[in-house]
Amino acid sequence: MRINLRTLSIASVVMIAASLALVFFYAPLDADQGFIQKIFYLHVPLAIVALSGFVIGGLHAIRHLHTGDRLHDARSYVSIHLSVIFGVGVLLTGAIWAKASWGKWWVWDEPTLVSFLIVFLLYATYYPFRYAIEDPERQARYASVFAITAGAFVPLNFLAVRLAENLVHPRVLATAEGGMPAKMWLTFLVSISGMALLWATLVRFELTAKSASAQLARLRRALEPGRPERRAPVPARAAPTIAGGAE
Amino acid sequence: MPKSTDDAAILLDELRRDYGERTALAGVGLELAKGLTLSVLGPNGAGKTTLLRILATLLRPTTGQATVLGCELPREAWRLRGRIGYLGHEALLYRDLSGRENLRFAARLHGIEAGHAERRIGDLIGRVAMERHADRRVDELSAGMRQRLAICRCVLHEPELLLLDEPAAHLDPEGRALAEPLIGSGEGRTRVVVSHDAAAALRDGERLLALDHGGAVAFEGATSSISAEALTAVYAGALS
Amino acid sequence: MSAATPAETPFREAFLAILAKDLRSELRTLRSLPAMALFAITAFVIFRFGLDRTKLSGSLAAGVLLATLLFAAILGINRIFVAEREEGGFDAIRLAPIDRTALLGAKISALLVYLLALELVAVPAFAIFFLDSAAPLAPLAIVLLLADIGLAATGALISSMAVNSRARDLLVPLVLLPLVVPLMIAAAGAAEPLLEAGGPGYERFGTWLAVLGLYDLIFLLVGYAAFDFLLED
Repeated sequence: MRINLRTLSIASVVMIAASLALVFFYAPLDADQGFIQKIFYLHVPLAIVALSGFVIGGLHAIRHLHTGDRLHDARSYVSIHLSVIFGVGVLLTGAIWAKASWGKWWVWDEPTLVSFLIVFLLYATYYPFRYAIEDPERQARYASVFAITAGAFVPLNFLAVRLAENLVHPRVLATAEGGMPAKMWLTFLVSISGMALLWATLVRFELTAKSASAQLARLRRALEPGRPERRAPVPARAAPTIAGGAE
Repeated sequence: MPKSTDDAAILLDELRRDYGERTALAGVGLELAKGLTLSVLGPNGAGKTTLLRILATLLRPTTGQATVLGCELPREAWRLRGRIGYLGHEALLYRDLSGRENLRFAARLHGIEAGHAERRIGDLIGRVAMERHADRRVDELSAGMRQRLAICRCVLHEPELLLLDEPAAHLDPEGRALAEPLIGSGEGRTRVVVSHDAAAALRDGERLLALDHGGAVAFEGATSSISAEALTAVYAGALS
Repeated sequence: MSAATPAETPFREAFLAILAKDLRSELRTLRSLPAMALFAITAFVIFRFGLDRTKLSGSLAAGVLLATLLFAAILGINRIFVAEREEGGFDAIRLAPIDRTALLGAKISALLVYLLALELVAVPAFAIFFLDSAAPLAPLAIVLLLADIGLAATGALISSMAVNSRARDLLVPLVLLPLVVPLMIAAAGAAEPLLEAGGPGYERFGTWLAVLGLYDLIFLLVGYAAFDFLLED
């Protein structure tokens, strides 16, 4: 993707503004739930983008193991990192919706939400796992294995939770199932696009920032006199890297 | 750099190993013919152990060429493993098992048939005078005894190339004498020996590689072409 | 008598050698097994008082049993690679002319043996403490076997990474627990009807066994694919 950061940011802002406009002024009010249903346009796109982000993180991890190029590791890390943050958003908006619809801050009846919680908990362990490994190259490799394992886990998890739910219970989030009027569909699609663009922008932004700080660190060291071998490990070469904490 | 034939046991060209920003080996090149010993000298942190571990297929080079016994590393490392014997800083012995059990395990991993392995192990244990201790748990043994067992493990599968990291460490004079016929310079063995002892290095090796801080090459060539004084001067310069 | 180019030692031989070594070591030192068994039985006692129940059935029984077995398993999983790490960090294995996946296979098998041994003690104890009849135990054994395979596969994979980290004992439970949720869901789903007060039921037994089998397959494959990368340097 050679689209630059500025173009991405502008596209995101435009799309998000458009989706907000549609949500508040265009999409019809839900017959059952009223105004609060509109959080659906935030919650579901967040979830879809977060889950896609986890999958993308796994794909980058595969490429990292294949090629050994730390650039893919950086992409994997950032994808997962941002998806975890979006995941927090998913859980918060999910809780708000649950409270508004059911009067409780959390419901176990909604298998998608429960599955997402478990996935989130797993990916949240990515950080302590990663930073507990000291050697930078090993850290990157292990993180990639984690990302791939977690990626394999996601569909299995959704399957198991879905099976565990008492199927008699009505599903709260009748997402994308038949019965959504066209206006809701449009709003929904625009919202997802906006969220996806936002995610991509943030990923690009964070990768650029890491790359810049890595280059800065290298320049600093090149300008300093003295022997290099006693220095603490710092992000290496052209690729932005995660180890050593250029966070 | 000499692009030599398959006669060379080891052929290195611009071999480099980095750990993040730290350089452990900075462009090492050398050639070692079969039947000769390469002595590797250098202060701590000069990359000697790193070099040995690359030759042992335990580490991958960052860049550069390394061909050992005709196998290009790291691509053909799997073909090389059964043919080298490595003696590192760690004895690589499982503490809960006895020396003999450890050697049996190593023999199995090398695919040595059980009967033959048993005879060979018995023979080696005898040669390092460990008969009385071979069936005791490794964690009950002294460092010197473990080193003797490690030497047995190193030569158990009759390797074509020995990679020895300070082989005399922990050994008393008796131990060193016993080890000599197994891993010493006699019998046309091809060896790479890392040590701190410059005099021994010059005496026992035909080729010398002197490394400096950051893995730079301070000297590489025949031991006959450098004297002990010159070597000291090299290091005096390096230590400034 | 050295061959000109010694071949790679066959997988089976390397696998059996490592497995035998591990089992011999464990039998000699008994580091993991007694602790796991003791933990399980003590946990049952704690549950008895925590829940204030002397009889368990259905979902409660399944939950107590599976949660206890899981936490006991973690004790063993934590230790499974420690011997390799101690003496030179896997070098002995990495120097050998073998397929390194044999190491993973051996560790998974060793864990499986430990888990089965644990269950040989813990499940009868559980039945004696909390159940009215031994009827569910036979089908339960099948469920536990499939769950153990998945637990061993995932546990070995995570443990092999955690052993090289700074916070080894923390990382295994932290990362492993979310990963085994689907396994626990399926095992509990199958166990709950088996442990019903009125006698074992088999609702969706086949479905749950299929999910367990799927989990086992997927994580064995992931381990097989990824393990070589973990042993590189």
